[in-house]
Amino acid sequence: MLLDVGNSRRLRFLAIAGISSLVVGGAVMAVALETFPQTQQAPGAATLPPASAATTGQSGTQAPAGSPPGSQPAQSGFNIVVLDPAHGGTDPGARGTGGIQESEITLEFATGVRRALEQQGFQVVETRQGNENPSFDDRSAIANAQREAVFITLHIASTGIPGTVRVYVNSDLPPLTAANGFIPWDLAQAPFLGLSRKLGDLVQGMLTHQFKGSPDTAQTAAIRQLRTTAAPAIAVEVSSVVVNDRADLDHMVPGVAGAIARGVAAFKPVYAIAAPSGAMP
Amino acid sequence: MTELATAPARGRWKFWLTTLLVFAVIGAAISFPILRKRMKRTAQLQQQSEEQARRELIQPVPMNPSDPRVKAELFWLSDADSSMLAPVVVELPLSGDPVLRSKQVLNTLLAGPVDVELRTLPPDAVLLAFYILPDGTAIADFSEALATSIPSGIQSEQLAVDSLTHTLEANVPQLKRLKILIHGQEVETLAGHVDLTGTFAVNVDAGPSPANPAAGPAGAFFVPALTLSFSTVKLAGR
Repeated sequence: MLLDVGNSRRLRFLAIAGISSLVVGGAVMAVALETFPQTQQAPGAATLPPASAATTGQSGTQAPAGSPPGSQPAQSGFNIVVLDPAHGGTDPGARGTGGIQESEITLEFATGVRRALEQQGFQVVETRQGNENPSFDDRSAIANAQREAVFITLHIASTGIPGTVRVYVNSDLPPLTAANGFIPWDLAQAPFLGLSRKLGDLVQGMLTHQFKGSPDTAQTAAIRQLRTTAAPAIAVEVSSVVVNDRADLDHMVPGVAGAIARGVAAFKPVYAIAAPSGAMP
Repeated sequence: MTELATAPARGRWKFWLTTLLVFAVIGAAISFPILRKRMKRTAQLQQQSEEQARRELIQPVPMNPSDPRVKAELFWLSDADSSMLAPVVVELPLSGDPVLRSKQVLNTLLAGPVDVELRTLPPDAVLLAFYILPDGTAIADFSEALATSIPSGIQSEQLAVDSLTHTLEANVPQLKRLKILIHGQEVETLAGHVDLTGTFAVNVDAGPSPANPAAGPAGAFFVPALTLSFSTVKLAGR
C-alpha cells in the first residue's frame, strides 16, 4: 500500500514534469518561430538576392514585397539601382515627330544612366534591355526581389517645355494596417514614400541644375508603376518626343544620366530602413 | 437511231450546264466582294448607331435657365505656366442636384476653354455616365477618346485627372472621391502612366466614409482598388 502511494506520487511527479517540459518546449518553439522572419531579414546588402531571382507578384494579393521595413537598425549600404526603361514591345509609349517612340528613347537613356551609375560604383539591374514589354507587376517584382535597392523608371513625355526634366514620386497612399510583416502588393510603395520624396528631391535638384526651366522639387502623381514597388522609387520624365530633331534628345542623355547618378549617390547616406509604422527618417 | 439523236442533245445540255456554271462562278466572283463590303458597312452602321444611341442617351445635360446662376470654377491649363492648372470662373446656371450639377460642370470642362491650347482633356472625349454612390464616391464614365486621344505622359495624364478632381471639388462639395471608368470598364492606366485602378480624392475634408476610412482627411490622394464591384455599380446606374 505504502509502495503504491509512493509509486503514484512518483507517477504524478513524472506526469507534471513531462507536461511542464512540453509547455516550456512549446513556448520556446513559438518564440523561435515568431522571431524567425526577422532574423532572416537581418543580412545586409552583401547577401542581396540576384536579379534573376525576381519573384512575380499578383495584383491584389498579399506578397512579400521586397524588404519590408522591420525593426533593424538604420543601414545605408544600398548598392543596387533598378532602372526601368518604360514601355516597349507592343506599347511604344508617346510618339513624336519623325517616328520618335518613347520606348526606344527610354532604352537609350537607360544605357547612359547605367553607365553613369556604374561609374559611381552602383550595381544596375534593368527591367528590360530590348524591345520587350514586361508588365507593371513584373517590373516592380524585379525591384522587390532586391534588398535595399532604389527604383528609377525613365519616361519621355509628349508635352512640356523641350529640354526640361521632371521627377515624380507616387501620390500619398493609405497607411498600412497589416502588422504581420508583409506589405500588400497593391500598396508596396506606401512605407517608402518618405524616402522616395527625398530621393526625388535630390535627383530633381541635380537635374534642375543641369536643365534650366525644370522644377525645383519632385512632384507627385498617381503613377501605376511606382505603386507596387517596395523601394524608394521615382519616375524621371524628359520633355519631349515632340522635338524637331532626335539629336536634341540624344544630346540630353549624358546630362540626365550624370544628374541621376549624382542624385542617387547623394541619397546613399540618407537611405535607412525606417520603423514599421512607415514613418520615414 | 434514238442513240444517235440523243448524243447531240446530251452535248447541248452539257454545253448549257457548263455555260450556266461559268456564269454562276463569274456572278459569285463579282457579287461576293460587293456583299462583303455591304456587310462591313452594315456592321459599321450598326456600331455607329450604337454609338449614336449612346450619345443621344447621354446628351449633355442642358442648362436650365431657371437654375440659379453660379460662379463655377473650372480648371484648365494655366496661361502663364502650362505645367500647372489655373481656375477659370464661368457663370453657369447650375442644378442643385449633385449628379446633374457634376454632369453640367464636367461637360463644360470637356467643351474646353476659349484658348484650345489650354485644354486638359481631348476634344472628342465624352462623359457617358455619372453617378454618385451613397458613400460619396463619384463614378465618371468617359468614352474611349479620353484614353486614346490624350497626349501620353505622366504630366499630361495627371493634369487631366487633376482638372477633373479640382473642378468637382470646387463645384460639388458632396463628393469625396472620384473613380474614372473608360467606356464602362475599369482600366489600369489612363494612357500608360496614371493609375486608374483606384479612386482620386475630391473633397479631402469631407470626412472618412464607412466604406473606405483610409480615403478620409488623412490626405490620401490616390486610393487603390476599393472593395466595390464596379460592374454592379455600372448596371445599377444605367
